[in-house]
Amino acid sequence: MNKKMVSRKYPIVWLQGAGCTGCSISVLNSVSPRIQNLLLDELVPGQQLNLLFHATIMAGQGEPVIEILRDTEEKRKGGYILIVEGAIPTAQDGLYGSVGERNGKHLTIQQSVQELGRSAFLTIAIGTCATFGGIPAAKPNPTGCKGVTEVFTENGIGTPVVNLPGCPLHPEWFTGTISVILFSGPQALDLDDLARPKFFYGSLIHENCPRRADFDEGKFAEKLGDDGCLYKLGCKGHYTYADCPLRQWNNGVNWCIKAGSPCLGCVEPVFPDGTSPMYEKVTFEELVWPQK
Amino acid sequence: MATKIKIDPVTRIEGHLALEVTIDNGVVKEANSAGTLFRGFEIILQGRDPRDANRLTQRICGVCPTAHATASALCLDDAFSLTNKIPNNAKLIRALILGSNFLQSHILHFYHLAALDYVDAASVVGDLAPFVPHYQGDYRISNESNAELVDHYLKALDIRRKCHEMLAIFGGKMPHSVGIVPGGITEELTEDKITNFLWRLNEIRDFIDNAYIPDIVTVAQSYNDYFDIGKGCRRLLAYGGFDLPTGSLFRTGIVSPDLQSESFVMDNITEDVRHSWYADSDSGKNPAQGQTKPDVRKKQAYSFIKSPRYDSKVCELGPLARMVNNYVLAEPKTKELIDSLLAQVGIGVDALFSVLGRHAARALEAKLVADAMVDWLQQLKTDEPAIVQAQVPDQANGAGLTEAPRGAVGHWISIKYEKIERYQVITPTAWNASPKDDKDRPGALEQAIMGTKVKDKNNPFELIRIVRAFDPCLACSVHLLDAKSNELGAFRVV
Repeated sequence: MNKKMVSRKYPIVWLQGAGCTGCSISVLNSVSPRIQNLLLDELVPGQQLNLLFHATIMAGQGEPVIEILRDTEEKRKGGYILIVEGAIPTAQDGLYGSVGERNGKHLTIQQSVQELGRSAFLTIAIGTCATFGGIPAAKPNPTGCKGVTEVFTENGIGTPVVNLPGCPLHPEWFTGTISVILFSGPQALDLDDLARPKFFYGSLIHENCPRRADFDEGKFAEKLGDDGCLYKLGCKGHYTYADCPLRQWNNGVNWCIKAGSPCLGCVEPVFPDGTSPMYEKVTFEELVWPQK
Repeated sequence: MATKIKIDPVTRIEGHLALEVTIDNGVVKEANSAGTLFRGFEIILQGRDPRDANRLTQRICGVCPTAHATASALCLDDAFSLTNKIPNNAKLIRALILGSNFLQSHILHFYHLAALDYVDAASVVGDLAPFVPHYQGDYRISNESNAELVDHYLKALDIRRKCHEMLAIFGGKMPHSVGIVPGGITEELTEDKITNFLWRLNEIRDFIDNAYIPDIVTVAQSYNDYFDIGKGCRRLLAYGGFDLPTGSLFRTGIVSPDLQSESFVMDNITEDVRHSWYADSDSGKNPAQGQTKPDVRKKQAYSFIKSPRYDSKVCELGPLARMVNNYVLAEPKTKELIDSLLAQVGIGVDALFSVLGRHAARALEAKLVADAMVDWLQQLKTDEPAIVQAQVPDQANGAGLTEAPRGAVGHWISIKYEKIERYQVITPTAWNASPKDDKDRPGALEQAIMGTKVKDKNNPFELIRIVRAFDPCLACSVHLLDAKSNELGAFRVV
């Protein structure tokens, strides 16, 4: 196709809150498209992403990059996608986490997510911290961390949110979601009641687990390193909705259960408090009603 | 004449950090380094099953989770009385998993975090975000080499991804692997995995030998004044790491400013909090006794990082510390690598205490680790176990010390009634980017910045190059203050 044709660009602002950067690193692990394609190329014919702000990889620093945030919010109202990675600390007026400095003061993560969220046409919360609070929001939640939906709801922000949980999320859950948006628009995303795309989060780990036959036959691993179903070692695959067994991780090399580790339930809203202790058998109550 | 500059945030590092600097007559007089994100991991860990710490502490950092998995597993091995029972296969596979992430992290750090301070990517790929905006002026590499470095920037994106794919063979997935647990590793060891791992490793070694190390030399030749910039405190600390059946790849030791390696005693580590947003009652404690009680309104505080000190002295950690400690202990492979680079670039050992010295040490370390990994693969025995069973004790204490890509990392646990009573973590960046201690002595990064001449206050390349050479694990802001008025922000730059 003619490279000189002007492609439609989707401006993206990627904010990092109370998190570990692991979701960004996971997206760097994307195989097809590769991260180079995501950054530089037309991702689908005629359309490409335009990553205006991402603190881990952007060339700039200081005030000009804080100005990018202000410019995007003011000049591109309703015309950009906000991506949030990490939870949002809300205790102590948000002082537990800042994005940078603006007008001589900390620009808190909370303030930034609210301002940019209000004017975005869509917000994508990536990873379990940004979606449901995750580990920073685990008991006793010392910094008052919350997920994006909770912060938006409390502050009357009506921008639609797509949740892509996981600790970290699988890169294809991100690139696949972006593909639907570019080809068919965000309204084409088929979301469940927790705003997760059903395509990725629609089936139980347990349904597709390669050790399922062991479970059905009552062949259980008694200690780590054993063959057999990992149920007695704390596997949360019985109530965790994700396609890890089919998709696998790191270019299909491996994934948790294949490596002999119980599923930690890292995509679920109850992670980590509701999935702890991680290496103890899940209770009947957890199986019946896992969502808090 | 005094000048005021402010940079916030400094990007292309992991996490959230701030640095406040006072400048007078173009020379930095004072620097305050400050972490600006607090999550309270140590508080969250209290009361949980000790085994969960092995999974949860990885989430401290998505760039180097494997180092926390390793430190935590060693800490739990100790608390569970398993340290002397860990099978050789488990030691080797843990080292292979950690080594894979060292390679991933070092390659990511040089090409994707640091290189854009020396290489003008926008001149090759066009004025595209995220390659613009950037600082203007001090790009000195020839057009031809610049284009080649940008090409390697893109190639390195594939190579670092492949490091994670290699890691996943035994680690299960990355980031946040599942394979390392107290007692050993969970993955079954088979011959096909060894071969699969080896040939992925060989592709990465090829890149280190034929791109990474030559590129460091290219940058060094164009910016050789950076062997004189960012000297730092000159006291180095390595806990040592990669515990193998035959000893450790990295030796333990403190290197004094006159290049003597001294022995290391864990009890000599303390953490001050006078300038940190924590209750003063915590100050000066050994991590085995330390607490974490945040106080965000504390007056003299400017950071969420505590100030770890060794025998009350400031130390620098990281590849420079590990490689120089190995060097002064005359480890043959380390010595050969360093001597060869010193000869090629035409500098002495002292020049390693610098911005470029830190980058060079990191690149040589990548080669040392990658080559050693080939030997470790060959020592694996598929007919022997890779795990022993772990049992949570009613009461116990444990410590786990190892090396993360950016420096030594330590975990400490107290277990009571089979639950975590106390868990403390000291990360390498806490040492390197620590604020002033109770005696007002600046941290390692602060000392490296002090005395630096800033040529162009609108484009203070010197400061960001010094910060990034430490590979800090946080996002950072730099403030320059007027030496006389001590006021923020009269002059504001980019």
